[in-house]
Amino acid sequence: MAKPKLATTSLAGCFGCHMAILDIDDRILKLVELIDFDKSPVDDIKEFTGPVDIGLIEGGCCNEENVKVLQDFRKHCKVLISIGDCAINGGIPAMRNNIPLKECLEEAYLNGPTVHNPSNQIPNDDELPLILNRVYPASEIVKIDYHLPGCPPPADTLWEALVALLTDKPVALPYELVKYD
Amino acid sequence: MSATLETAVKEICQAYGNDRMRMMDIVRDVQAKLGCVDSQAMSLIASEVSAHRVEVESLVSFYAFLSTKPTGKVVIRLCDDIIDEMKGSKQVAEALKDELGIDFGETTADGLFSLEYTPCIGMCDQAPAALINDVVLPKLSGDIARAAVRTLRENPDPVMLVKDLGDGNNSHDLVRSAVNNNIRQKGEVIFADMDPGEGLKKALALSPAEVIREVKTSRLRGRGGAGFPCGMKWEFTRGAEGDQKYIICNADEGEPGTFKDRGILTEKPSLVFEGMAIGGYAIGADTGIVYLRAEYAYLRAFLENVLSEMRNNGLLGNNILGKEGFNFDIRIQMGAGAYICGEESALISSCEGLRGDPKNRPPFPAQKGYLQCPTSVNNVETLCCVARIMEKGSAWFSQTGSDGSTGTKLLSISGDCSRPGIYEAPFGITVKEMLELCGAVDAIAVQIGGASGQMICPDSYDDKICYDHIATGGSVMVFGPSRNILEVAAKFMEFFVEESCGYCTPCRVGNTLLLNGLEKIIAGKGEVADLAYLESLGESVKIASRCGLGQTSPNPVLTTLKNFRSSYEALLTEAVEGKQPTFDIKAALNDAETIIGRKSVHFKG
Amino acid sequence: MSDTFTLTIDGKEIQAKPGQTILQAAEDAGVYIPRLCAMKDLVPHGSCRVCTVMVNGRPQAACTQPAAAGMIVESETESVQAVRRDIVDMLFVEGNHFCMFCEKSGNCELQGMAYRFGITAPRFPFLFPDRDVDASHPDIFIDRNRCILCGRCVRASRDLDGKHVFEFVGRGHEKCVAVNAEARLADTDIDGNDKALDVCPVGALLRKRVGFSTPVGKRLYDHKPIGSDIEHAGQE
Repeated sequence: MAKPKLATTSLAGCFGCHMAILDIDDRILKLVELIDFDKSPVDDIKEFTGPVDIGLIEGGCCNEENVKVLQDFRKHCKVLISIGDCAINGGIPAMRNNIPLKECLEEAYLNGPTVHNPSNQIPNDDELPLILNRVYPASEIVKIDYHLPGCPPPADTLWEALVALLTDKPVALPYELVKYD
Repeated sequence: MSATLETAVKEICQAYGNDRMRMMDIVRDVQAKLGCVDSQAMSLIASEVSAHRVEVESLVSFYAFLSTKPTGKVVIRLCDDIIDEMKGSKQVAEALKDELGIDFGETTADGLFSLEYTPCIGMCDQAPAALINDVVLPKLSGDIARAAVRTLRENPDPVMLVKDLGDGNNSHDLVRSAVNNNIRQKGEVIFADMDPGEGLKKALALSPAEVIREVKTSRLRGRGGAGFPCGMKWEFTRGAEGDQKYIICNADEGEPGTFKDRGILTEKPSLVFEGMAIGGYAIGADTGIVYLRAEYAYLRAFLENVLSEMRNNGLLGNNILGKEGFNFDIRIQMGAGAYICGEESALISSCEGLRGDPKNRPPFPAQKGYLQCPTSVNNVETLCCVARIMEKGSAWFSQTGSDGSTGTKLLSISGDCSRPGIYEAPFGITVKEMLELCGAVDAIAVQIGGASGQMICPDSYDDKICYDHIATGGSVMVFGPSRNILEVAAKFMEFFVEESCGYCTPCRVGNTLLLNGLEKIIAGKGEVADLAYLESLGESVKIASRCGLGQTSPNPVLTTLKNFRSSYEALLTEAVEGKQPTFDIKAALNDAETIIGRKSVHFKG
Repeated sequence: MSDTFTLTIDGKEIQAKPGQTILQAAEDAGVYIPRLCAMKDLVPHGSCRVCTVMVNGRPQAACTQPAAAGMIVESETESVQAVRRDIVDMLFVEGNHFCMFCEKSGNCELQGMAYRFGITAPRFPFLFPDRDVDASHPDIFIDRNRCILCGRCVRASRDLDGKHVFEFVGRGHEKCVAVNAEARLADTDIDGNDKALDVCPVGALLRKRVGFSTPVGKRLYDHKPIGSDIEHAGQE
């Protein structure tokens, strides 16, 4: 019987949550016994090969590509999980949510005290995804089935949740595994 | 601040004895004099009344009619409640914006005009209406509004705008208002002919305990909405420890769609004051306070005059009607634009010169109210009933109405009906009978009890209006077939979001969440699960809120969900491929497309 | 003992003294009722509503409601817990609570309450309000993004420090904590020894340069839920 498939992605995040996945240490070997990775930075598969059982979302959506990837994940994944505070509430990127986008871009590329930008232009290339007016938590874009908070979530949190889901048990995390930092 | 202004602020403070408790009056007068209570004025007031500056700021920032930034010489406050909107306030708003060249919330460059929205000003029977400073302009149209602005440019005294005086005492020299009472049906209790002072005279022939017993026997319940038995309230207040006691008349009629107290205050003010004196006698208070909402400031001079006439006639003052040792007088405390101050403990806070935060209970006002003294807060209409009960007896009073709801009730009816106005009807009148009276032929919904009441559907039109069935403080808003019930509910939720004092979490945050959830459904982006979401959220707000505002504010959502569920269901959608219906990629990319100057590659068209 | 009386919380009989609130009586009996605005030595405020209990079937705030003989109090029932959870969710979405860089994280009572309730994400949409930070004072700062309007600083400054550095201004969703100066905390008479600095349940009012002093794993709510101390005392 084919193993269940797992896909992961990092949107507007720092890859810290992916580091936490790796932080399950030698249990990664068990994980590989339990599942196959599909689209994920872990195996560098760029496109979904087909339907996937579990998708892990790191980060919220700060640009159009994030939205596209997230919607693609929702389309392909039976169970979709927000991992980490950025996916859940926008996190640090969402600190810009009260600043108009123009002001953000000008501060970042034109006016900021450490900016060196002789062209005096805001980067513009078709390859660069357009920035959204604000950062959206993943659950504002698509339906999310589970939230695993933390910055990043403890490796044990990710492990416990995955094992529960893969063994058809309810995701019931002990007190010490639900943390927001 | 110039030396002259500094002197002016100091004089105002001194006029109130530099009394911190009179801060409401002080800041109101400073606002009137300077057009705002600015930073320097706040510091100055604080030092004059020995308060902290931030306490003054706390008060000023709470009330809608006070401002820390300069406002125009003329402040136009257009009522934007649902009835006014139905009667054309949006066209009036457009005309005002166009004529003045400013948006709402702004002041003209010449400093002459400020334009603001305000919730219900108690003129739903003659909507759309606006307040121009203290002057009420009812029955507005775009053209009338434009003409008014032009007149004010020539002479910024809004009194100039009043040409046709309203009915009854609205044409009294001290009122001179264009407001009409629209008293369509007079009943036996409030608007019947009566002998002034008779009730008080009979009360003073009894002992205070006997007066309370008579009120209890009449089974009179509070007319403001909560329906607490008046006699019991007085008994508690009389029995509470303390030599100094107070009776306060709640004339902060702010429940959207209610204007019956306006009618009483215009036509039967002495009956109200008589009721207060009787209450003062019964509970052992020598001081009464009328808390008059700022929107009714146009009645103030008239009411003050009634009070002084009553003093001259021995109905107020010392040894009233010759009763040795019974001294009682009344002062008027003006509000400054805050719906929450209709809540009795918030009203007391406001009278004490504080922000209009409700107080924690217990202690109840009857134990510790105004200035920590036992206080009875009674509605305008309740006090009128008391005077009549004393005059004609409790048996006479309780023969009208039903067992649990004796007497008559004043109904303020507005909306889609041909005869909006004030109706005095016996308790027990059915909704259907009421709709026939006011000429509402095709009502699809009736909001009874104001924004915090309930939206009922035709299935309930045979129900009786009384405390045990459909209770109301007096507001009845009628909606015809062309009205969108969900939008009406959203309008009420907007009102609560604006008027929540913000003290407790569920009301401060929950109402915003309810409004957002409702708007989501109205926008066609709601799903089946959102109905349960709104219900559970509404229940949490009701259960956990600290005062009556939050305990009833989810009603527009909850009662329409119950009685107009199909209106919700018709708007529901289903998520496609797990995408949230609320997320709008176009709107989210709009800024970037403008700033960067190219279109999205990923999301075309 | 003659002046004590009995009430029932979740079926458990407890003794209370005259003048005690339900919350205080419960606490003395080792029953923890969740709360955020209530704090020892401060007058009850009754604003957060997390301590909502059902008293003889009616909702009341345990922090302001006096205990009375024979009261039947429901605290840990499913429906009461659902309301409390909603309130905590509301506080999270109302502000901008980014725990990952907050100095108070691990010792924050709001966070602790969410942990206690096992909240992985609020069920309400985030409101992302626009709020101010006041870092004008050399030793103290206010981050209003994190403020939950519990009024502890207002009460502590007024009643314990005798100063009135803080007060609420505005109303409804615009309500916030202001300082007793034209604009800045630096212009008030607050100082580093004020008791008001030690009462903030979240990271809204903090001393500068002392953040993150306790390592992760040793902070108040890293291992045991908020309220465990009270519950533990009750078991002894």
